[in-house]
Amino acid sequence: MKSHVYRPLWVVIGLVCIILVARYFYVPKDFGVGERGYMYGWHEKSNELFWKDYKVKYKGSQYCKDCHSDNYNKLMQSPHVIIPCEDCHSPAIDHPMDPQKLQIQKGRELCLRCHYPLPYPTSGRANIPSIDPDTHNPGTECVMCHNPHNPLEGLK
Amino acid sequence: MMVHGELWTAKELFVYPNEYIYWSIQIVMYPFMTGLVAGAFVLSSLYHVFGIKQLKEMARFALVFSFALLFVAPLPIVLHLQHPFKGINVFMTPHFTSAIAAFGIVFFTYGAIVASELWFLYRKHFVEVALPLKEKQDKTIGEWLKFFIFCTLTLGVYDISEETLKRDHKAIKVLAGIGIPVACFLHGYAGFIFGSVKANALWMTPLMPVIFIMSAIVSGIALCMLTYIVTMEIRKFLASRKMTPTQRFQSKEDLKGVEVSVVRMTAKYLLFFMVFAISLELLDLIFRGYTAVKSWDVLRSVIYGRDFTDIFILQYTIGNLIPLILFLVPGLTIRRTIVGVILVLFGVFMMRWNVVIGGQAFSLSFAGYMHYHMPIIPHDWETFKEGLFGAVSVFILPFVLFWVIAKVFPVFDLKESH
Amino acid sequence: MNRRDFLKNTARVIGGLTLPLTAFKIINPGELLASTGDKTKVRWVFLVDTYKCVGCGMCVRACKLENDIPYDAKVTRTWVERYVITKDGKTHADSPMGARDGFTTSKIDLGIDGYENVKKEDIDKGFFVPKLCNQCENPPCVQVCPVGATYQTEDGIVLVDRSWCIGCGYCIMGCPYGVRFFHPVYHTAEKCTFCYHRITKGMKTACVDACPFGARQIGNIKDPNDPVTKIIMTERVGILKEEYGTKPQVYYVGLDREVK
Repeated sequence: MKSHVYRPLWVVIGLVCIILVARYFYVPKDFGVGERGYMYGWHEKSNELFWKDYKVKYKGSQYCKDCHSDNYNKLMQSPHVIIPCEDCHSPAIDHPMDPQKLQIQKGRELCLRCHYPLPYPTSGRANIPSIDPDTHNPGTECVMCHNPHNPLEGLK
Repeated sequence: MMVHGELWTAKELFVYPNEYIYWSIQIVMYPFMTGLVAGAFVLSSLYHVFGIKQLKEMARFALVFSFALLFVAPLPIVLHLQHPFKGINVFMTPHFTSAIAAFGIVFFTYGAIVASELWFLYRKHFVEVALPLKEKQDKTIGEWLKFFIFCTLTLGVYDISEETLKRDHKAIKVLAGIGIPVACFLHGYAGFIFGSVKANALWMTPLMPVIFIMSAIVSGIALCMLTYIVTMEIRKFLASRKMTPTQRFQSKEDLKGVEVSVVRMTAKYLLFFMVFAISLELLDLIFRGYTAVKSWDVLRSVIYGRDFTDIFILQYTIGNLIPLILFLVPGLTIRRTIVGVILVLFGVFMMRWNVVIGGQAFSLSFAGYMHYHMPIIPHDWETFKEGLFGAVSVFILPFVLFWVIAKVFPVFDLKESH
Repeated sequence: MNRRDFLKNTARVIGGLTLPLTAFKIINPGELLASTGDKTKVRWVFLVDTYKCVGCGMCVRACKLENDIPYDAKVTRTWVERYVITKDGKTHADSPMGARDGFTTSKIDLGIDGYENVKKEDIDKGFFVPKLCNQCENPPCVQVCPVGATYQTEDGIVLVDRSWCIGCGYCIMGCPYGVRFFHPVYHTAEKCTFCYHRITKGMKTACVDACPFGARQIGNIKDPNDPVTKIIMTERVGILKEEYGTKPQVYYVGLDREVK
């Protein structure tokens, strides 16, 4: 190996060693092959915890039941029983601590999501009672006349 | 709030909500630049490995240019990455099931080969510059810098006897030989990046790596020819301006300008690879039309409809057919070569464009289209790096680097022994 | 020995020592062996009933709010597509804002081509198809990640490590279903995670909870008593783009041939 020809090879090997040393300090210790093998499981293990610990925002209707029992019970008797509270009111997150008041969407667009007429054969959409927004009290909020917690209740 | 890609994408008919043209002009530039790298190296190796004497001048030129290009080649990627500083993750935790992960190993290996080959080629020159500077007692700052650079470059080897120079020559031959498959791999993997994406109906074909390699060699040879002609002509012009009328009769070397035989020889190789490249592309197209699988309807409407001008006029006719005719007609002149070579480079660029942008011209739904409106005038960093000016900067940079590197690795007037 | 030889030898020894420290972390046979064998008890699967979906878009809104995807950004982890097939055999499909605001017009959104009016009497059939990440058994997006930023968990969920993702976009190009996108704030790859933070606590995903019509359901295919598993095993279900070999784990009841 005395020949000068191998000199560049030593330089290259030196650079590779530097990269490997840098790697030792840079790559997190729990980075490796996971349960799904090298192809599908090459990752930093602790990232799974990051996703598991992500903050839950939607609490579900059972969370609202105890404090808002009147609206809740009314809803249970109506065709809107299928709609979770947080669909129309925003996610509870840490309500009543934070946020103290939940938004209530009152505009027409909310109701039109289901009640705009789209009579498509084979789709459940065709079975929902609908109104033509251009002719049915245009410009007026639906909740002026209809109670969202019990839409069958007598018109206000 | 703008999503990345939203600014330059226009959606037509039914396109999935999350689809945008994410891989834009810089992803077109990347295979273009690595293609130039690989092509320049193959040209250089044609002399060192196969001993084609007429290519001797071109060989050294091509190798230095390949080195300058090598530093610029990762730049489009760095500009494209949303987190360029985390780009070293590719070297730190490479996931080799991905073609892009090969980037680290392949580039490093290729860089090592080119750098080593250059070292052997220029070693004698380094020693000849470093030794007299070593003797000199009071050096200026500039001379100190020069001494330091050239001393490091010798890597501590000062022996320039006949024996060692012969060993240098053999090492160059070996490196050039190894380098050809590595250069092919360098660009083949770029083709594999596209060819292996089964989700994209236009990209998915086993021919993609081969098409990319062939057009890379074409572009490399074309660029070297162009830069060679331009550089020689500039030298001739500068030399003739500096000389008095009597001097002009004495020094023939500088006034020679471009040597037509060298250009004609190189053009023959250019032609060979051009024919190979275009044959593969036409084969791919014919196969797709013949087998007419599910994606053929939308692909046909893109290839023969929306992108007809880009593909058939710009790439195939202006970028391939016309240069082919220009080079085939006997009695090739320098002027005709310049036009032909520029058209070839344009054709190779359009090939990259038609693959990258063309592949994103249709939706995954096969029922919609996306139009790419490249940002022209930049108004922020994003529109600069992903727009026309970013692409032009990437293209110009190798020439600037070449000028800098040629100060250390002189391409002309080098007294060689082999 | 002289100084030169001493330095040379020291360098050699240090170089040799660094290699075992670092190189073999890349290939650890022990780790690879441990990863084989199927000992998992949970494999999440999703069931979509396209007969029940009415296109209200509550799922899209809930997903955005639960997972902090900027509400006005034109990207979403899940979306609903509308298909209207007319008597002339043509299919009209759209997904305005991913159905974040539902479908409140009968006009089909064609992007730069404007809107298309479809007359009620011309319609043969129409339906809504919710889509989300299929958490494939052979995820092509994970295969093409160059740095190991995206991966699949033992229970089948494909996740993205935001701190490691370099934003190359290869995974986005690799997904045949168009499920991935760049997060507008973090600028890393992003996709539906089956609300991993909820399902691992025994809750349902945000979209499953938000759907009033029960069009979306999540279950564990390894549990034979799971109602979702029972439907998948005993009723006629379809999957998307089977020809790509990805083995997607979102099953569709009433999947029409026109679904793209």
